[in-house]
Amino acid sequence: MADVGAPLLDVRGVTLQYKTPDRLVTATYRVDFQVFTGDRFVLLGPSGCGKSTLLKAIGGYLNPIEGEIRLKGAAVHKPGPDRMMVFQEFDQLLPWRTVFENVTFPLIASRRLPARDAEARAHASIEKVGLRDFSGSYPHMLSGGMKQRVAIARAMAMEPDVLLMDEPFAALDALTRRRMQDELLTLWADTNFTVVFVTHSIAEAIKIGSRILLLTPHPGQVRAELNSLPPGTDAATLATLERRIHAMLFAEPSDQAAAA
Amino acid sequence: MSADARVALAPRPEVVREPVAAAALGVVEKPLSAWERVANIAALRKLALLVALALVWEAYARWLNNPLLLPTFSATLDAFAGGFASGELLRKAATSLRVLLIGYTLGIVCAGVLTVLAILTRVGTDLLELLTSMFNPLPAIALLPLALIWFGLGYGSIVFVIIHSVLWAVALNTHAGFLSVSPTLRMVGRNYGLTGLRYVASILIPAAFPSILTGLKIGWAFAWRTLIAAELVFGVSSGSGGLGWYIYENKNQLDIPNVFAGLFTVIVIGLVVENLIFRFVEKRTVRKWGMQS
Repeated sequence: MADVGAPLLDVRGVTLQYKTPDRLVTATYRVDFQVFTGDRFVLLGPSGCGKSTLLKAIGGYLNPIEGEIRLKGAAVHKPGPDRMMVFQEFDQLLPWRTVFENVTFPLIASRRLPARDAEARAHASIEKVGLRDFSGSYPHMLSGGMKQRVAIARAMAMEPDVLLMDEPFAALDALTRRRMQDELLTLWADTNFTVVFVTHSIAEAIKIGSRILLLTPHPGQVRAELNSLPPGTDAATLATLERRIHAMLFAEPSDQAAAA
Repeated sequence: MSADARVALAPRPEVVREPVAAAALGVVEKPLSAWERVANIAALRKLALLVALALVWEAYARWLNNPLLLPTFSATLDAFAGGFASGELLRKAATSLRVLLIGYTLGIVCAGVLTVLAILTRVGTDLLELLTSMFNPLPAIALLPLALIWFGLGYGSIVFVIIHSVLWAVALNTHAGFLSVSPTLRMVGRNYGLTGLRYVASILIPAAFPSILTGLKIGWAFAWRTLIAAELVFGVSSGSGGLGWYIYENKNQLDIPNVFAGLFTVIVIGLVVENLIFRFVEKRTVRKWGMQS
């Protein structure tokens, strides 16, 4: 994608810290990146690299100690419906609302749409993730994959500026995860939303992402920002990229430290 | 040994099958027997237990043969029916229930205000924790003498002690429920841009509803106990007391079956509220939402 115009999401020099009862943990150190409209931007790194914390900061749940996060030029300070989150946990749906109500509620609660338009939009969104027959069901009646589909439908119905996905498929079984990845790509081809996607799986990052940000752990720092490969690339090329990312994340830094 | 086992395995053919189309399967089900279906109705099981308890009571009372100590179940039922027919028991029960509902409602409102304050501000949290640890262990009846001085011999005093007995139990449970709402649900609520009272009403209260319901049940039981105990102490002026006073009066006249009829009424109202009203609310909320099995 050509870098035309201003970035949609601009993360500049962001250092994030959070307190545990006995110490102050630096999650990320001076992270920079820009997300443009229509990107499938993946934050990739091993656990402890602060990628989830970074996503929460974009979501507005915590403020950077240093640097700033701007969405469409305005600084992000608190959570809001212009950045819809899809979490890893299955309990992100409101258990007291049906699938349909779960999708309509944020539209009405955030005063985006009047009730009738919200219902039409919710129907369309549920249809897109293939859950029309389940719109009257309560979340506890659904499987894990279906719950995540509802969460995605709910986020898409809001038509946010950017969709934030925090390892949404990590708790799913391998077969369901592959299907969900394919479905997400189909949805993206359909509506071209902008998504920031967190994962610790290199294969998932290459498959989902159009651009991949590699973070090193303790604290998270940018190691590289790479272009991913389009779907349908041959296996050998995919494997090369996967090996390259693997080398950057795990082997190289310690080798360099040993050489120095 | 494992090597032997490996040797013993004969080569087996692979199996590949075409599954039957689901539509062609029809409905696969095994009907429950009539006995199983009857035993599955909770109300019937409980009714059977109630009948058994009544039979034990009846048998023991007949064997004891001392109506002053323990009247038989049938005598109690007689007195109960008589009290109902004359309308006296009904009037007493209505008086008690009215005071109870006023106290219970006010108690819940106070608990709601305290817990919402506690969840929205830090001072509120400290206040709630301090007040509950101070007043929760204090028996409501111990406040009755004080209440009599403040509010006089009448409904005011009883309502006051009922509020005291409901407030802390409900507040404690509601607050504990709010604190145990999952962080993910909280983040979802804030993601929608909900803050303050809207956040409490549309995320915290439903998410904490199992705890809130438990609090309401405990509060209801406490309110009943406090009410009957308070009425036993003094019978509200001009002879228009409630069930507690009815029990007390009849004890003074050694009309023991009527005492039992009064107690029986308390029990029946308790059973109805628990098994009809609270059960109905549970079925329509936490069970339907899969938050309680």
